[in-house]
Amino acid sequence: MAVTAAAGLLLLLLGLPVLSLLLRVPSGSLLRRLSDPVIQDALRLSLVTSLLATACVVLLGTPVAYLLATRFFRGKPVVETVIDLPIVLPPTVAGLALLLAFGRAGLAGKALGAFGITLPFTTAAVVIAQVFMSLPFFVSSARAGFARVPRSLLDAASTLRASETYTFFRVVLPLSTPSLIAGASMACARALGEFGATITFAGNLPGITQTMPLAVYVAFQTDLEVAIALSVILMLLSFLLLLGLRAPAGLAERRPTAPRFVSTVSR
Amino acid sequence: MIARLAVALLVFVSSTAADRPSATVFAAASLSDVFQEAGRQVQKKSGYSYHFVFAGSQQLAAQLEQGAPADLFASADDRWMSYANEHNLIDGDAKRFARNRLIVITPVSNPGRVDKLEDLARPGVKVLIGVETVPAGRYARQVLSRLAKGSDYGRRVLANVVSQEENVKSIVAKVQLGEADAGFVYVTDVSASLRGRVRVITIPEASNVIADYPIAIAHGATNHDAAQAFVDYLLSTDGQALLARYGFLSAGTDSP
Repeated sequence: MAVTAAAGLLLLLLGLPVLSLLLRVPSGSLLRRLSDPVIQDALRLSLVTSLLATACVVLLGTPVAYLLATRFFRGKPVVETVIDLPIVLPPTVAGLALLLAFGRAGLAGKALGAFGITLPFTTAAVVIAQVFMSLPFFVSSARAGFARVPRSLLDAASTLRASETYTFFRVVLPLSTPSLIAGASMACARALGEFGATITFAGNLPGITQTMPLAVYVAFQTDLEVAIALSVILMLLSFLLLLGLRAPAGLAERRPTAPRFVSTVSR
Repeated sequence: MIARLAVALLVFVSSTAADRPSATVFAAASLSDVFQEAGRQVQKKSGYSYHFVFAGSQQLAAQLEQGAPADLFASADDRWMSYANEHNLIDGDAKRFARNRLIVITPVSNPGRVDKLEDLARPGVKVLIGVETVPAGRYARQVLSRLAKGSDYGRRVLANVVSQEENVKSIVAKVQLGEADAGFVYVTDVSASLRGRVRVITIPEASNVIADYPIAIAHGATNHDAAQAFVDYLLSTDGQALLARYGFLSAGTDSP
């Protein structure tokens, strides 16, 4: 009874706002809005930056997650905490920190300036803000996936004189794929929704740094209908993205990958 | 257990709120410093306390429209006050209590070598401006078209805009950090604490605009007395003197 009530309440809390947004959209206007250049710019920018950010997150996050899942070293808790920090950090704080580090007058920013690179107010800054905010979501998922790979398989591979690189790519990676995909989808969705760090670090300029969430924010102050239409587009996009990226992960979970591997290795 | 804790917390929060009548003031970001001081002054005199929400006027108007609870609304232009009036978000007439002007600020290090207004049009200079909806952004665009006098100056400066900020205070912060080469802000934004941290380029009187600040009691205000006391103070000799000390121009006699 209590469980049903809690579940109902939760569904109401999560579902009602989504439903309210959908109900407020005048039918037919959504597609018309899609042809608005400002919305097209924001949509294109959001898609490009969040996909780029996801790629960076996977490339940077995979080795780190593997290291955290398999090795023990001094200061490991500190490293883990630093990686988890963006989850709890208010995004505006993250944006300010990024500005102080990679801004023109920032610690690393000064050095970059010597090479003629300035990051704030550029599309690159949008991607950096998204990577910063979404990295922990991927790392925690990937790490859990790596940790679930049975120790016995790694031992077996090593007794067969498989190199660590070979074992990683042929044993660990295939077994962890569902976790990596789930982590990447979470990171991509987080990047797509990033607002606070982006507006603080990258600013707000249509076509260059104004992603969908920023466009929603600006539209909210001028034209509520546009803001609602934008929100619905963003929500549908996030929903489809999460669903789409989860589908292969779901299939992989159902496929009996692990036992087949055991038999291959033991044969 | 958790429910009991929650109830206790609610009782605690509501009882502290009831002990000291306080009013919620929605005010334009450019009023942050002076309103906090005005709040302290009124509290000293009348005992009312004030809770401030500072943001771009357009954002406050949007929040009021969505039913955000406020007792007072102070805008940095007549446009958003009229908007609030048309949408029944305020009660009674708005009173103009101050005026402001625009200036251009640059970081002390002046990385963009911006020494005069003409420099803003030089390609590559990173200029910050308010988004079109925030009063400071609208005023800046008016100043640019006045400075241009038919030339392409305004267009060239706008081409140098690297970000349209949602309120004037974030322009101040980003210029102060040295991330942008110049920004259009209010005269009053260069507060005592900021002097020496930014450089100032004045805009000639003839090309400048006058920003009007109207204030009105919000529709559905729950603490009329506290709200009225704040408005009365702003319009009093003391209040006007305080506003002048923060760099605001006198409101003048004509009503908005």
